[in-house]
Amino acid sequence: MQYFNAFWVGGVICAIAQILIDKTKMTPARILVSFVVAGVILGMLGLYEPIVDYAGAGATVPIIGFGNTLAKGVMKGVSEKGFIGIFTGGTAAAAGGIAASIFFGFVMAIIFKPKQK
Amino acid sequence: MKYKVTEYLDYVDKKSPNSPIWKDVLIAFVVGGAICTVGQVFSEIYKNVLGLDEESVKTAVPITMVFLGALFTGLNLYNKLAKHAGAGTLVPITGFANAIVSPAMEFKREGWVLGLAAKMFTIAGPVLVYGINSSIILGLVFYLIQKL
Repeated sequence: MQYFNAFWVGGVICAIAQILIDKTKMTPARILVSFVVAGVILGMLGLYEPIVDYAGAGATVPIIGFGNTLAKGVMKGVSEKGFIGIFTGGTAAAAGGIAASIFFGFVMAIIFKPKQK
Repeated sequence: MKYKVTEYLDYVDKKSPNSPIWKDVLIAFVVGGAICTVGQVFSEIYKNVLGLDEESVKTAVPITMVFLGALFTGLNLYNKLAKHAGAGTLVPITGFANAIVSPAMEFKREGWVLGLAAKMFTIAGPVLVYGINSSIILGLVFYLIQKL
């Protein structure tokens, strides 16, 4: 059941992005930026956590989940560390994904050659 | 035979193959859903087989998906899928990894610093700038609310 929920919720989030691309001609970069910011806002309002509970990876794997992680992290950081948490909380919570992207991105770009077009 | 501009545009509209939106959306739904299901499989493995706590699972799954996205981009399989899947491959965090590796590979020949390393952030950079900045603004608001 958990797999089914992950599938359809993740699918719907991607389908919404596809409708935006087709209807508004938004570029992929703008879609990613909008979805991250949307994730931060939804996370702040506490609206995304119920979706995460219901859909698991269906909610955390889409880039909105990255925004949600930033939002939850910064609120936790402020609660625990006060003012300094404003700057450390979000990035600390998202550190795994950010560091992995930079490391694996770098390694794969060195190992593989671009395909001739 | 003379056409008015509007007549011509109508004519082009009628003749050109219109990409049916429902088909794009359906493919994005299926592929995006499938990628998230892969994430769920890893989530269950980390939780039930390796016995990681919930916090660790929530960090380990994105790291795994980023690794897979970067690997399959290197193998040129992700880009092939992305050609058909549109948002289905863009929106999952594997698409974020793809957006890092693709330009980095492409611009490797322009050098290690301003080629590979700089181009890694062509798309990932804006995502981090707006993501982290909005979290800081939110943190500031949250801090002020707590102080009042």
